[in-house]
Amino acid sequence: MSATDDPHIGTAEQEPLGPPPVAPWRENWRYFTSNRGAVLGLTVLGLMVLTAIFAPLIAPHETATQYRDALLAPPAWTANGRAEFLLGTDALGRDILSRLIYGARYSLAIGLVVVTLALISGILVGLVAGYCGGWVDALIMRVMDIILAFPSLLLALVLVAIIGPGLFNAMLAIAVVLQPHFARLTRGAVMAEKSREYVTSAKVAGAGHLRLMLVTILPNCLGPLIVQATLSFSNAILDAAALGFLGMGAQPPTPEWGTMLAEAREFITSAWWVVTMPGVAILITVLAINLIGDGLRDTLDPKLKRS
Amino acid sequence: MLRFILNRLVLIIPTFVGITLVAFLFIRLLPGDPVILMAGERGVSPERHAELMAQFGFDQPLWKQYADYVGGLLQGDFGYSFSTKKPVLTEFMSRFPATLELAVCAIVLATVLGVAAGILAAVRRGGWIDQLTMGTALIGYSMPIFWWALLLIILFSTTLGWTPVSGRISLMQFFPDVTGFMLIDSLLSGKPGAFWSAVHHLILPTIVLATIPLAVIARQTRSAMLEVLGEIYIMTAKSKGLAPRRVVWLHALRNALIPVVTTIGLQVSVLMGGAILTETIFSWPGVGKWMIDSISRRDYQVVQGGLLLIAVMVMIVNLTVDILYGLINPRVRHR
Repeated sequence: MSATDDPHIGTAEQEPLGPPPVAPWRENWRYFTSNRGAVLGLTVLGLMVLTAIFAPLIAPHETATQYRDALLAPPAWTANGRAEFLLGTDALGRDILSRLIYGARYSLAIGLVVVTLALISGILVGLVAGYCGGWVDALIMRVMDIILAFPSLLLALVLVAIIGPGLFNAMLAIAVVLQPHFARLTRGAVMAEKSREYVTSAKVAGAGHLRLMLVTILPNCLGPLIVQATLSFSNAILDAAALGFLGMGAQPPTPEWGTMLAEAREFITSAWWVVTMPGVAILITVLAINLIGDGLRDTLDPKLKRS
Repeated sequence: MLRFILNRLVLIIPTFVGITLVAFLFIRLLPGDPVILMAGERGVSPERHAELMAQFGFDQPLWKQYADYVGGLLQGDFGYSFSTKKPVLTEFMSRFPATLELAVCAIVLATVLGVAAGILAAVRRGGWIDQLTMGTALIGYSMPIFWWALLLIILFSTTLGWTPVSGRISLMQFFPDVTGFMLIDSLLSGKPGAFWSAVHHLILPTIVLATIPLAVIARQTRSAMLEVLGEIYIMTAKSKGLAPRRVVWLHALRNALIPVVTTIGLQVSVLMGGAILTETIFSWPGVGKWMIDSISRRDYQVVQGGLLLIAVMVMIVNLTVDILYGLINPRVRHR
């Protein structure tokens, strides 16, 4: 992982004496895995990814099959529960567990797509702003300020109103809303790195603008970006679920967790399991990713590192 | 100090112009032209269409339309609601107190509990109190609040019957609308039970809206406290023999709170986003629910005006926090 080409770790090379140097990624990995929460988060996320990939093998039922004889069947462990519907069924007699298992695909895909879009566009915009400086920088950063001036969920809602509701449009809108954070971070890091000696020496050696931006400077700004990407991953899942809940994201009968909650709202008094289960799935996923994010932040931020 | 404030004011002008541009472009970017959108399913004849386009100025060049739009804004014209025929500004003002009341209660709850939890965790670093509070904070931070709201309703409203499910006040309570704030109006009315009814209705929405800011503030306070507690002047204070409590509350907290103030300011934007979800779930008649209802009703002038007003409000709060920050932290002011 190029992320570990952290300049702060390179100081070990200047000390010829002492223990043999450890590869930076290995040191970071050791540090990361010493954090119990981060390891727990990584394990849960790994299980979630496996669930998403092997959903057709794991899910006991089809997501759309409606069992007319088992409408709103409670979970298996309760008095009226049925063994074949472990977490119960919804108002249309669909197996909740199977829908949750397939829902993992949507949530992870949402996180992945949104973060990729926001990360790439944010890095490019931030690189250009930080590298060019002057009016280009001023213009770009004012545009970012404008996006950040709106509450993110509200702006995403309005964008979806323009381009139409739907899962993909919701992802686009959330990416637009999250992108300025990456642009700001990249710009700040680039401005800090730009005047360092190694950049000057690369410039003197004849590196072009693109090479300076992408090959020389960018790898040294990745630490905070990775942390932000992790946080954005969980934010994207939460926002997409919120949009789905408000009817502006994935549309029924998609087994997206937020959309499932929207459908479940009217059974709040009669069937608690329909309301509880999708939320537990969202919470566990987001919590796991945030645990990883906290671990990564402690690992990649040299200020926080225990010496 | 005056120069610092003026400087900040000048800096927000481009952002303000940008916000009006976004609001202006919003209606123009919608698929279909504005008149067809307003006519909706009924459709409109070509002559009437042209007439309406001219009436609303949509046949003018774009820059002229924008100039007219900003001109209108400066005179307090934020457009008209398509469904109620009332000015958007009037509608906003009638709903804003509900949102403000909820948001203020939430931010107060989040700040008081969050700062206390953060200090406690920092002072007991590594102990079980630290782990418990920070674990809880991480769960709060990861919470889908719309689901959290539903859970609280299931537990406290439908199962235990302690709190009402929706609205701001019991339907049995009637009293004049003086300030628009239920807590104040109900007290002014002097009616028995009115104030308690308002409080009862506020409890669950406040908890839901405060959850994420509370978690963020607790985490931020803890890390700011830890940073400050490692400073040399704290060591000096301790080695002079001052009581640990005095060191924490007097020497450390004052400096640790500086970054926390910024965090609290940033939560206002989060609160407005959260208000959309909270108000929708609790049928709270505020600005957030109004926006959602208007989007689904395709009342786009309301969405446009609401978007602008909310963004401007968030901007004003952030500016205030910025200035406050300059007041409490001279290093920022003189840079």
